[in-house]
Amino acid sequence: MTTSIATTASTVSGETFAGGAGTPPGTPDGGAGLPPGASVRRPNRSLLHGLLTNKKAMTGAAMLFFFIALALLAPVLYPDNPSKITGMASQEPDAEFWLGTTAKGQDVLALTIHGARSSLLVGLTVGFASTFIGILVGLAAAYFGKFIDEALSLTTNVFLLLPGLPLLVILAAFLPPGLGTVILVLVVTGWAGSARVLRSQALSIRSKDFVAAAVVTGERPLRIMFREILPNMASIVMGTLLACIIYGIGAQAGLEFLGLGDVSTVSWGNNLYWAGNEGALLTGSWWVFIPSGLCIALVAFSLSLINYAVDEVTNPRLRKIRKSKPASKPAGKPAKPGKRASA
Amino acid sequence: MTISQTSFGSHEPVLEIKDLTVKYRGDTRSTTAVDHVSFSIGTGEIFGLAGESGCGKSTIANAIMRLLRDPAEIAGGSIRFGGKDVLAMGTEELRRFRWQDVAMVFQSAMNSLNPVMTIGDQIVDIYTTHAGYTRKESLRRAAELLELVRIDPARLKSYPHQLSGGMRQRAVIAMAVALKPSLLILDEPTTALDVVVQQEIMAQIKELQRELGFSVLFITHDMSLMVELSHRMAVMYGGRIVETAKAKDIHAAPLHPYTQALMGAFPPLTGPRVPLTGLADGVKFSNIADLQEVSPGHFVSPLPVLQGAQP
Amino acid sequence: MRFILRRLGFYLIAFWVSITLNFLLPRFMPGDPVSRMFARTQDRMQPEQIEALRKLLGVDDRPIWEQYVDYLHNMVTGQMGVSISRFPTPVTEVIASQVGWTLLLGGTALVIAAVVGNLLGILAAWRRGGAIDSALPPFLIFIGSFPYFWLAMGALYLFGVTLGWFPIRHAFSDTIEPSFSWEFMSDVGMHLVLPALTIVLVSVGGWMLGMRNTMIATNAEDYITMAEAKGLRPGRIMFRYAARNAMLPSVTSFGMSLGFVVGGALLTEVVFAYPGVGYQLLNAVQGLDYPLMQGLFLTITAAVLLANFLVDILYVRLDPRVRAN
Repeated sequence: MTTSIATTASTVSGETFAGGAGTPPGTPDGGAGLPPGASVRRPNRSLLHGLLTNKKAMTGAAMLFFFIALALLAPVLYPDNPSKITGMASQEPDAEFWLGTTAKGQDVLALTIHGARSSLLVGLTVGFASTFIGILVGLAAAYFGKFIDEALSLTTNVFLLLPGLPLLVILAAFLPPGLGTVILVLVVTGWAGSARVLRSQALSIRSKDFVAAAVVTGERPLRIMFREILPNMASIVMGTLLACIIYGIGAQAGLEFLGLGDVSTVSWGNNLYWAGNEGALLTGSWWVFIPSGLCIALVAFSLSLINYAVDEVTNPRLRKIRKSKPASKPAGKPAKPGKRASA
Repeated sequence: MTISQTSFGSHEPVLEIKDLTVKYRGDTRSTTAVDHVSFSIGTGEIFGLAGESGCGKSTIANAIMRLLRDPAEIAGGSIRFGGKDVLAMGTEELRRFRWQDVAMVFQSAMNSLNPVMTIGDQIVDIYTTHAGYTRKESLRRAAELLELVRIDPARLKSYPHQLSGGMRQRAVIAMAVALKPSLLILDEPTTALDVVVQQEIMAQIKELQRELGFSVLFITHDMSLMVELSHRMAVMYGGRIVETAKAKDIHAAPLHPYTQALMGAFPPLTGPRVPLTGLADGVKFSNIADLQEVSPGHFVSPLPVLQGAQP
Repeated sequence: MRFILRRLGFYLIAFWVSITLNFLLPRFMPGDPVSRMFARTQDRMQPEQIEALRKLLGVDDRPIWEQYVDYLHNMVTGQMGVSISRFPTPVTEVIASQVGWTLLLGGTALVIAAVVGNLLGILAAWRRGGAIDSALPPFLIFIGSFPYFWLAMGALYLFGVTLGWFPIRHAFSDTIEPSFSWEFMSDVGMHLVLPALTIVLVSVGGWMLGMRNTMIATNAEDYITMAEAKGLRPGRIMFRYAARNAMLPSVTSFGMSLGFVVGGALLTEVVFAYPGVGYQLLNAVQGLDYPLMQGLFLTITAAVLLANFLVDILYVRLDPRVRAN
């Protein structure tokens, strides 16, 4: 539920952006307005630069790296099997077990740190795979147009409409349980959203003159798709990727919480599944329940922050407006960079 | 810098702009879009403002109606309308001032009409807000208004996308004169239209102006159109006025090199064919000086510094 | 009209795809789920049950196309077989008793989230840099980052178990006979608060941000400047000119969300043991009740497609430009 709606919402804003992104209005003194086609390489660099100087992006990145480091260092921090029963059942957090123990007597901290591995792995894999498929479908549809576009768009829209979570549940029920199944199922239900956003953006770039010029000069289709069109949609690709990772992490947790994941692995979703199964909340063992949920939220939040920053950097209109003298402008009107300057 | 009031119709100016300066504030530096511009428009006068894209003429139009948005802001000068200080108006006073006193026809009629409202509803909005008419009365008047610009009143129920480009612009003009404002700003009203429709629209505006007697601030980069329509005109360059005089004086003897270039860049509508001359490549003017009167009512910025033109 | 017909054709294709998917899944999945299921459930099934199931899941000797035609015919005529876990109740009957609860829960939550979210988005865009615009989005994004079921369980624990303000499971109390009495309705209302509220909390941020960003783009349009120049009152410009145009993408995503509500309320229903189709779907999966599973999936899909079709019709009414072609 969470992820479905979140994905829809980011799709909306993504598309809104896509509509006007062909020619982002540049402020008279430059700013981040990047004319597509002026230079193929430039957008990437200014996007990166914009992100590096954006507070939201840097906060998000720092949080994300913390969790990635945690996942990588888990075997060093807790070399033991995290599921091993090491203490008394349902112990409150104390000096020995910082986050307490589960009803079975497992160390919650160890479970949480090791859980990062599976959750991030699945999230990132699903995110990259869905975005990759989305790029292929979107670019092919936009570049070839006509029949291919019709067919691909139809497929995309059908997949977009099939109710994701029920399909997820049924697929997970039919397939043998395991990490591979979870990833496969999430990609199958997740790629369509990214394909739709990427297609509409690719379509608007496809209609630009520099692409027409490349076609006329006889460049190969693959080269035009990946060297001419793709670099100019860097920000949308980035936004889509982030949204897909968020979707992957959330949906995996949801599946696992329903007991449809691979219950033998340690992940945040499975931790919560066991917490629910063992009645952690009913017995008041909040420490079993809080850490994994909070971790999922913080990772998703860090990705959202970066996503938000990408939007801000590439769409100057969304940036914070400066306070200026009230006499010179009617109060509370949004910024309208550039437009009025052209006389 | 003072300009004597050689207004066309009357000695009482409708609009008086003094030393108007508009800046676009950026993160690191500001750009001055309009730099100490002064002019006035008399009752019933058609005043033309010419210049290339980006010279600041539309910014002036938006400044008069206080429509500038962040990052643009009025950094200095005054705008007086019928003796009232436009820049000092409060929110409610400003709202009444808009459209009742000054109305505006925007560059693109397609974009300036709300795509999801009928033409009729968009006219009715004006009457119900400003005149307090009932919806029925407003609709009756809206029908009259469309007839005035020769559009079938049945079109009241049409949406903007159902009208042709020329019809849309005429509908916008009809809206602009709905409250019989004393000043009409035309911001490149025909740029997006083809030549034949352009002529129709201009004829329409002339006719309405004769009938209703409003003053006009006419903004365009099309010098032949401007000379044809305006009584007096000013030529802008880089946010400054470089020359202002009666339209026929400028037409007969443009003095500033930029004015000369602008005149040379458009073919005359009548007369023999002449080769077009524009501004030579790389020619730029900078440090444009204040205007000086060279003959009665004819002001020019003296001694322009030419860069790049000299060998 | 052509637009509507085109959309109708699209939904029919989508429905056909989902039926076919339903047909193919048990037949071509690796690991032979059908025999797995048979092995686990055979001893508690009647012979006629097994026979019906064999047919439904394609464990018979007829050629596949014959099975497919038969299957299509059954699905279109609503013959979805008999539930195994609730034998001998027909699948359609089981679904009919639950779909109402899902529509109630999902519909309430969606309408509240969309209305509140869109209004907040409009206000945030109109007062750029104001309190709503600067404080609310990060907060709502943060709330929206939590796994939905986690928030739901937290709310359940806090307001249901600890504080005891709201009932913790089911759609109504067992002690009250379902009727159109005030007592029963208010009981249903109390049971609805926690599940609906948690969905609203998680999804309202997405609506708000989407609307805000569209509004900001719309506010830069010339017709907004013209409306301002016309001296219209700010409220009129904000709603009739700006929001009226900015809501168009929102309407489309409302259609999408309607779909997610029917299927996506699954987690909510599981946490609160709310007797809707999602909760039933999970039970069917766990009880290996394949006929019910397929029936539920088809019902959910059909509901999603129907909802989207209705939204398309609404869209045509809202955007005159679509009507033209």
